[in-house]
Amino acid sequence: MNVSSIWVVVEASNGSLTATSLELLSHARTLTPSVSAVTWDTHDSVIAQQVGDFGATTLYEIDHLDGMLPGVPVASAITALIDSQGAPAAILIPASYNGRDIAGRLSARLDRPVLANVTRILDEGGLVTEHQIFGGTQTIKARFTDEGTAIIVVRAKSFTASPNEGSVATVVKAPIGDVGPTGAAEITKSHIEELTGPKLEEAPIVVSGGRGLGDTSGYRLIDEVAALLHGAPGASRAIVDAGWVPYSHQVGQTGKTVKPTVYIACGISGATQHVVGMKGSKYIIAINKDADAPIFQISDLGIVGDVHSVLPALIGLLKTRE
Amino acid sequence: MILDDADTYGVELALQLVDKSGGGEVTLVSMGSADEVAGIRGALAMGATKAVIISDDSLRGTDSLGTAKVLAAAIRRNMPDLILCATESSDGYTGILPVQLAELLELPSITFAKSVTVDNSVLKVDRQTEFGYDEVTSPLPSLVTVTAGVVEPRYPSFKGIMAAKSKPIEVLSVGDLGLATEVGSVGARQEIIEVNVTESRTAGEKHIDEGDGAIRIVRFLETIKVL
Ligand SMILES: Cc1cc2nc3c(=O)[nH]c(=O)nc-3n(C[C@H](O)[C@H](O)[C@H](O)COP(=O)(O)OP(=O)(O)OC[C@H]3O[C@@H](n4cnc5c(N)ncnc54)[C@H](O)[C@@H]3O)c2cc1C
Repeated sequence: MNVSSIWVVVEASNGSLTATSLELLSHARTLTPSVSAVTWDTHDSVIAQQVGDFGATTLYEIDHLDGMLPGVPVASAITALIDSQGAPAAILIPASYNGRDIAGRLSARLDRPVLANVTRILDEGGLVTEHQIFGGTQTIKARFTDEGTAIIVVRAKSFTASPNEGSVATVVKAPIGDVGPTGAAEITKSHIEELTGPKLEEAPIVVSGGRGLGDTSGYRLIDEVAALLHGAPGASRAIVDAGWVPYSHQVGQTGKTVKPTVYIACGISGATQHVVGMKGSKYIIAINKDADAPIFQISDLGIVGDVHSVLPALIGLLKTRE
Repeated sequence: MILDDADTYGVELALQLVDKSGGGEVTLVSMGSADEVAGIRGALAMGATKAVIISDDSLRGTDSLGTAKVLAAAIRRNMPDLILCATESSDGYTGILPVQLAELLELPSITFAKSVTVDNSVLKVDRQTEFGYDEVTSPLPSLVTVTAGVVEPRYPSFKGIMAAKSKPIEVLSVGDLGLATEVGSVGARQEIIEVNVTESRTAGEKHIDEGDGAIRIVRFLETIKVL
C-alpha cells in the first residue's frame, strides 16, 4: 500500500522548528510524497521555508492561540482541516508536553485510537509502528486494525533529521473554531529557566546523577563535570522524585530520550526504565560502588568506586586541561 | 481522582486541596480487578472517602481511548469539581489517556502540573514546559495530571488503616455503565503483530577504583576523541 498523505504536527521555538519536528518531517517524506505540516502561533515565513526544506508541500497555520494551552485549539483546528481538506492517512505528533495534549484531544474528538511512544514507523503494506517495552529489551510492532486516520505519537530521536532542499511550503490558514468550555485553560505567565549549557536532548555529552550522590548537594558534582565537558546534566527519576532536580532533567521511560556521544552515569543503578532513555548513546561510562550494578552490563567503561572520590578527582583533572 | 497503583502523589494532593477548601470528598476511580484492592485500601487509609472500581472480564484488551470512555462513563454519574490523574501509569506510559478523558467529559485540562492550588473556584497550576514552566489558570470543573514529586505523600496512620477497612468500595460492571461494544479487545482498533527481543549492548571493561578511576575516564574520553 502507498501511504496517501501524512500530516505532521510541528512545534516552533524561538523562530525555528524543534529537532523532533524536523525528525518527523524527514521520516514522513520517506513514507509518502504528500507531506503537510501543521503549526500554530507562528506567522513567520521562516517556518514555511523550513518545513519546505524538510519536504512538506503545505503548511497549515493555525490562528494565534492568545494564551490558550495548545491541546484543545490545535486539535479543534485539525478537526476542521480534516473536514475541509479530507483526512490524511496518518497524523504524526511529537511526544512533547503539548504534543501529547494535542494527540489526546484529537483522538477523542475523531474517535480514533492513538499509537503512542512510537520509535519507528514502517510501511509494511500499511503503517506499522514499533515501540520499545521492558526498558528496550523488547520491541513490539503494532498497527491499527481499521481504516481511518492513524494518530501516531513519536518519541524524540527516533529518526534522523535531514533537509531535502524543497521549495517553500504553501501556507494555508487554519481557523480554530469554537472550542467551548474545554478551551478555558490559559497561560497567564511563562517562566524560562536559563540554560547555561546545551539542551539535554541535544548535548553531545550527558552527565547524569542518581541516588548514589547521597543528597541534593551531591548533584553539584554532576553540574560541574557537565559544565567542564560542555555537556548537559541529567538525572534518574529517583532524584527527580526526591526533588533534588527538576523533572526536565529526567532521563528514561517517563523522561527524555538521549543519544549523546558519551553518557556518564554516576550513582545510577541502571533500572530498565532509566536504561531505555539512554541506551542509544554511542559510549556509556558508569561510576557505581556496587560491582554488580546492572548499569555495568551496558557500560563501555565501568568504574567500581565512590562518586564522592571519583567525581572530585575527575573535576580536578578536567580543570588542569582547561 | 483516578488512581494508578503507583500514584500516591495525586491522592495526597487531592486530600490537601479538600482540606484547604474546608471540606469535600475524595473519590478514587480505577479500572481493574476488583480482587486486587491493596492500592485502593492504601489510598483510603491515607484519607480518601470512597472508591469506585470498574471491573469486568470484557475489559481485557481495552485500548486507552476505550479506557477513557469507561472512566468517563463512571465519572459522569457524579461530576466532581476536579479530576486528578497521574501523568504516567505503571503500565505502558503514554500520558494521553487523561486528555482523552477530559475531552470526553468536555472539560479543560492542564497536564504536567508541578504545583496545584485552588483559589475562589479558580484552579492555578504551574505546568512543566520544555524550557521552564507556565502559570496556567482554569475554571472548575477541570482535569489535572500531576508529575511525581508534586507533594510528599503521607503515610497512613493506624487509625486510617482501620477506618479504610469499612470505607465503601463500589464495583461497577461495563453493563452498569451502559457501555459494551466500544470496550475490550472487541472495541480495540489496534493490535500487536510482533514481539522481538532487541540486541543488547555488551559490557566493556570494568575497573575497581584505586584512586585511578578519574584518570581512566579521562583516558577513555581521549581515545574516543571527545577530549
Ligand atoms: C512506570 C515507571 C516509570 C519510570 N520511569 C523512569 C525514568 O524515566 N527514569 C528513571 O531514571 N527511572 C524511572 N523509573 C524508576 C526506576 O525504576 C528506578 O527506580 C530509578 O531509575 C532508580 O534511580 P537511581 O538509579 O538513581 O537509584 P537507585 O536504584 O537507588 O540506585 C542508586 C545506585 O547508586 C549506587 N551508589 C550508592 N552510593 C554510591 C556512591 N557513594 N558512589 C557510587 N555509587 C553509589 C548504588 O550502588 C545504586 O546502584 C520508573 C519506574 C516506573 C515504575
